[in-house]
This record gives sequence, C-alpha cells and structure tokens, in this order.
Amino acid sequence: MSRFRKDAKKSVPELNMGSMSDIIFMFLFFFMVITTMRESTLFVKTNVPPATAVQKLDKKSLVANINIGSPNTPELRKKLGQEPRIQLNDQFAEVSDIVEFVETEKQSRDEAERNMMTWSLKVDRDVRMGIVTDVKQELRKASAFKVNYSTSKQAKR
Amino acid sequence: MAKKTPGLNTGSMSDISFLLLTFFLLTSSINTDQGIQRRLPPPLRGDEKPPKVNERNVLQILVNMYDQLLVNNEPMNNVEDLKDRTIEFITNPNDNPHLSEVELKYVEEFGAVAPVSKGVISLQSDRGTSYKTYIDVQNQLTEAFNEIRNDFAQKNYGKSFDNLTEAQRKAVQKVIPISISEAEPSNIGGKK
Repeated sequence: MSRFRKDAKKSVPELNMGSMSDIIFMFLFFFMVITTMRESTLFVKTNVPPATAVQKLDKKSLVANINIGSPNTPELRKKLGQEPRIQLNDQFAEVSDIVEFVETEKQSRDEAERNMMTWSLKVDRDVRMGIVTDVKQELRKASAFKVNYSTSKQAKR
Repeated sequence: MAKKTPGLNTGSMSDISFLLLTFFLLTSSINTDQGIQRRLPPPLRGDEKPPKVNERNVLQILVNMYDQLLVNNEPMNNVEDLKDRTIEFITNPNDNPHLSEVELKYVEEFGAVAPVSKGVISLQSDRGTSYKTYIDVQNQLTEAFNEIRNDFAQKNYGKSFDNLTEAQRKAVQKVIPISISEAEPSNIGGKK
C-alpha cells in the first residue's frame, strides 16, 4: 500500500498569482470603457434640487442638456459676475441662442427620433425662475416640448 | 552557464490593480439622468383664446418671489400639504361643489366608464421665485398624480402603476391626465 503513502513533508503547492493581475486588469478596462466621462466641462454651477417623485431618463442619446447656473470658478465669477448663465454644450449662451441650439441638436439625431428628444434642464437650486421661464418660452417657440427638470433623488420621508 | 533569474513575486501586482479598479469604480459614476418630466404646451397663436374653465375646476397655485405659496387665495405654509390638497381636488371623493367636477366618461383606451376629473392645476410663479421651491411644488404635484394613478391602477388592475403593461398604463394616463397649466410668470420683483 505504498502507492498512497502520506507524505508528511509535502506542502500545498503555491498558487500562481501571475494571472490574477490579468483578470483584475480586464475588470479595470471593462469599467474604464463603460463609464463615460462628462463630455463637456461645465462652467456653471449646477447643483440640482432634490425631489422624491423622479423618473429616470432612458435613451441617453435622445437627451440634450441645458445648464443654467452662476459661473463655478472664482476667475469666471470675477469676469462675468454672479448672475446665472446658460451653458449649451461647452460654451456660454444667451436665451436667444436656444432656438438655434434646438435646431442643431435635432439635426444631429436620426430623423425618426427627432420628436422624441428630451430637453433636460439642469438648473442650479439657487437660480431664480425668471431665466428658467425665458428658456422654457424659447423651447416652446422651437417646438421642443418634452422637458425634464433634472433633480437628484431624495428618499421619501 | 547562465545564471538563473529569480522568479519575481507577482502577488502584489493584483493588489495594485485592485487599487486602480476601486479607484475607477469610485470616481466614475454612470450618471443616469433623472428628474421630473413635463410636456410644455405649444405656443399660443395670436387669435387663439384660452379655453374657458369653470372656477371650481381650477386649483390656483401662486408662488411669490419670497417662495411663499398661495393656494386658491389661502396661504399655505408647508409645501408638503400641497400633495394631499391636490389629490383631494382632483379626485373629489365627497362630491364637494367647491372642488373639481368629476365626470363619468367612457374612455376608449380603458374600454369602460371611468371617473375623469375636469380639474386643472394652474401654477404661476414669479420671476423671483427660487428654482428649488418651484421644483418642490412640481414634485408635490407629481407625487399627487402618481398616487392617484397608483390608486386607480390598484383598484382596477390590482397592480401598481409601474407594474402595468404599456396598454394599461396608457389607459390610466388617459383617465388621469397630468393637467398642470403654467401661466406666464408675474414680475413683481422687477429684476430679472
């Protein structure tokens, strides 16, 4: 019965950890690829207000953002003042630019999906309604009716 | 004879890449946008007159530049009361003549007669109203409508609104439309 002899000196063979890093790296790349970085740098503060009855926006490709808030860095504030401003894509804009913005955004989408676009208003909680209303009126003029008031999720009390 | 190179200890490599992994996991958020969705009305044409609505069918909400609420000419101190007020106004369970008219109407999508409220919520804010308060009001209104829809869905389909099929959801939406009309804002504060 020496075939299955117990060898007291035999130890557990060391595991090869070399491939472990490969697996982890694969994870790493996966997460790096699926997470999208913010496309345009924001120049305005958009600390959106909280709400409880929120809906998720599906179809991210059919969402265009309109950011409204006061400039977010001290340098910009020195140059432009505290007043809230509109940012479309990666530049400041005026209320009168909205119609054109709507048109260009619609042009860049598929023709069948153009009317399903959502216009997401990312507005800072400290902004007054005046500028928001102006933007909404412009959106109506440009027949961009589907709007989303971007909020953060708050648990129900 | 060539010297044998000692095997490198690669065990800590996984630690390093784990560190990187957790870093990316924490810093990058898959930012799904969320918020309150609304449909804006098409712009009014010059000769078009707004439809006449009976006074009892309007729940007028005014928000002034100090973020104070006035609901049907009574001040409301807590925004959170607005939800129950809205539900009461729309459903009008006791047939109160001062709340909205609820009419039994045949709704095609629903395929049966259902109580449809004629109530409209008129929301007017000032140019000086803060956006946060505006969202609070919109949030309360959305909560109210969600609850009414949920109740209706529970009663008729035995499921909550979110679990309905597409067709059922359409029917409920038809029976309980979100009728919020936003008037042009006042400009008491003067400044933009």
